[in-house]
Amino acid sequence: MLDLEFMRLAFGAGIVVGLLAPAVGFFLVQRRLSLVGDGIGHVAFAGVALGYLLNLPLVLTALAVSVAGGLSIEWIRARRRTAGDQALALVFYTGIAGGVVLVSAAGALNVNLFQFLFGSILTVTRGDLAVIAALGACALVLVALLYRPLVAVVVDEEGARVAGLPVALLNSLTVALAAVTIALSMRIVGILLIAALMVLPVIAASRIAWSMRSTIVLGMGIGLGSVLTGITVAYYANLPPGATTVLVAAATVLIAETWSAVRG
Amino acid sequence: MPLALRLDDTSFSYGHGPPVLRDVDFEVDRGEFVAIAGPNGGGKTTLVRLVVRLEEPTSGRVEVFTRKIGYLPQRAQAGIDAPLTVRELVTAGRASRTRLFGPLAGADREAVRQSIDRVDLTPQADRRLATLSGGQQQRAFIAKALAAEPELLVLDEPTTGVDVEAQDAIAALLQRLRDELGMTVLYVSHEFGAVERFVERLVLVRGGIVFDGPPSALPGVWHDPSHTHA
Repeated sequence: MLDLEFMRLAFGAGIVVGLLAPAVGFFLVQRRLSLVGDGIGHVAFAGVALGYLLNLPLVLTALAVSVAGGLSIEWIRARRRTAGDQALALVFYTGIAGGVVLVSAAGALNVNLFQFLFGSILTVTRGDLAVIAALGACALVLVALLYRPLVAVVVDEEGARVAGLPVALLNSLTVALAAVTIALSMRIVGILLIAALMVLPVIAASRIAWSMRSTIVLGMGIGLGSVLTGITVAYYANLPPGATTVLVAAATVLIAETWSAVRG
Repeated sequence: MPLALRLDDTSFSYGHGPPVLRDVDFEVDRGEFVAIAGPNGGGKTTLVRLVVRLEEPTSGRVEVFTRKIGYLPQRAQAGIDAPLTVRELVTAGRASRTRLFGPLAGADREAVRQSIDRVDLTPQADRRLATLSGGQQQRAFIAKALAAEPELLVLDEPTTGVDVEAQDAIAALLQRLRDELGMTVLYVSHEFGAVERFVERLVLVRGGIVFDGPPSALPGVWHDPSHTHA
């Protein structure tokens, strides 16, 4: 399997995605914003479509549009102009509808959009892997450096505000990191399924962990294991890798729930 | 005695609604232990949210003469799914005193340890918050507020949901902390009986300040019968 270059590229990208998605998703889950990843995923589709229209690298246009969409959700939510789920719905549907219109305008409705929506291990190029590795490493380093203030905000947002922490900036950074994760992950897991990889490993980890720090570390381990298992199973069973990865992650939630219930 | 805070002719409304607080004049000296009581909806939480600058007054002026504020919000609970230890909770309270980036410095770890020790939770420091009693959880949140080494400690309903004995223990703890650390303490509760014997000043809030003086000057009918030592 590893004799094939496309599999090596897929595993390389998968390692970055498997570690990064739960590390960023942890902060969304704790802020009860698990579905933000889904919303940004739909906006990423508009970014892919824009790339087709402007003939630009799709990862970069998806990245730019995802970050803009994520910051829009946070901006609307933070100003309480509308409820959080309504802000999400607004960006969610605008993203997917905008994507369809842009793809149509680019005359690209006949291209294989499935690879972006649900992921494909055949589509990762060396250039993609370089971008994914570089940006993924930067995002992971940022999460590690800002771990304490990010935790302070998720534990008690008002307390953090009173203490003088830059809460708005930290919240914006969290959704921007989510947007980067989604844009980097769309080749492997797909933009409709990546949100699951940000959430499910964290849920599984929280059932068996003994602290916040152990939750995030276990979540990253479960995410990595899910991606590597998902890609391997997908290769041998000729299944879509994104969906297979998400099913593996969902299975870890069931196992963790069962273990937690048995442990009492 | 220098002032810790001052509200000058302050009013507040949520949106275009009726005023929650009207024409409040309120001063607190440094080192005072003040209980703020009143009925639900009377505006006592709004008053302290103005003090900690989570709300801005509709009119008037709010001045707080320190930036070192520890705040325990109403119904404080870590609304998160991840298991959270006491030490992690208290470390989160230290965030304002540390550099933004990187791991916790040794002095900050020591400050966290001391805060946990001050509320007598050292044996539980690495236990999950969810496994502690209601009174212990509240003490953990007080330790979180202490971790920032505040000059002004604002506690909004810190004894809600805990039994009378735990309320008394928390009140005694706050008195001890005030004496040891010289902090100004604002203690908001609709059940002020637990702190009545400790505070110099009791402020009753009902749309404005309707009583401000020593608890001994409070008309007998307003005393809280649930705390017999008062």
